[in-house]
Amino acid sequence: MPEPLPEPVREHGPAADLPLRRPPSLWALWWAFNRLALQGFGGVLPVAHRELVERQRWLSPQHFVELLTLGQVLPGPNIINLSIILGDRFFGWRGALVAVAGLLLLPLVIVLGLTIAYQHYAGNALVAGALRGIGVVAAGLVIGTAVKLARTLKGKPLGLGLCAALGLATAVMVGGLRWPMVGVVLGLGALGMAAAWRGRAAPARGPDEPD
Amino acid sequence: MNPTDLLSSHGLGWPDLLHLWLHFMLLSMLAVGGAITTAPDMQRYLVAQQGWMSDAQFTTGVAIAQAAPGPNILFVAVMGWHVAGLAGVLATLLGIMGPSSLVAWWVGRLRQRRADSRAMRAFTAGLTPLTLGLLLSTGWVLLSPSRQQPAAWALVAATVALSVRTRISPMWLVALGAVVGMLGVI
Repeated sequence: MPEPLPEPVREHGPAADLPLRRPPSLWALWWAFNRLALQGFGGVLPVAHRELVERQRWLSPQHFVELLTLGQVLPGPNIINLSIILGDRFFGWRGALVAVAGLLLLPLVIVLGLTIAYQHYAGNALVAGALRGIGVVAAGLVIGTAVKLARTLKGKPLGLGLCAALGLATAVMVGGLRWPMVGVVLGLGALGMAAAWRGRAAPARGPDEPD
Repeated sequence: MNPTDLLSSHGLGWPDLLHLWLHFMLLSMLAVGGAITTAPDMQRYLVAQQGWMSDAQFTTGVAIAQAAPGPNILFVAVMGWHVAGLAGVLATLLGIMGPSSLVAWWVGRLRQRRADSRAMRAFTAGLTPLTLGLLLSTGWVLLSPSRQQPAAWALVAATVALSVRTRISPMWLVALGAVVGMLGVI
């Protein structure tokens, strides 16, 4: 369900050697984002790389990874953030709007169409069963993303013990106790950021940090 | 469906829609690991606090968005649709995208001057464990309609294993879930 984490991208693919281009018009920008959105089943990012870097050559592979990291640090969906920054770079705020519209409009119509269709056939055992099964898979995909993310924690300024404590506390408070997310994220987030700030300042490892 | 259904807001008045919009704007700023990390709070707000939709409707909404092409954020539009029709879609979608998009636009204009600074790194590193915890919560919440069934847990385990160990497209896992569901196993 969540956008997959940025995979290490080929740095020396065929696209790396060719000169970069600019989208010729807002229309071209809209089409490119529309096309990549409609191909993105279960996550748009891999398609975004193929379309923006390899096919259109509007971004170098390195620049794509940089923008993606930036989009991931910022709040909000990283693919939306990436489209805003990219669209703005080429055509100003109109480019940002057009890129996001290209990404969202047709898929939105499709999703709402499916929702209306589902409301008609919700009584059908096959349809209801399929949606139940997809819901379970969606849960699995989200948990899978958490597992992949956990692997990146090694070698970060926070110790693994502290990471586990913060992650578990968040899961229990938000998922288990159903506390409002605002307080939890502001409280535990401040704690995590303070620890990471200090971890950077003092690279000497504490006793709880293996390796 | 007749056309007036499209414009119906299911009895929600302007104060409700405003509340919905404001809550999703707040979540927008908290969505540091992507919009899906705010799903547990959306469920708490829409199902438990306001009683605007059921557990099963919530999970079905996420499932529909998962089955359709496009950015995953669109599950938020399905929530809005269930709560208050097109007015609800506008409230949830503009809410969840508005503040974060403005921030992205502004930071993009700074041309990444600080993307590598110590503060930025502390920000990312400090929040990553929370993202992890929120993702686990999201999985837990999405499972709430089917937590009692052992078959559902088996399907979750298979999905996690395949998505972590292989590079299989999520599309095939979604298709697998649909087939397993249609067979009536879950």
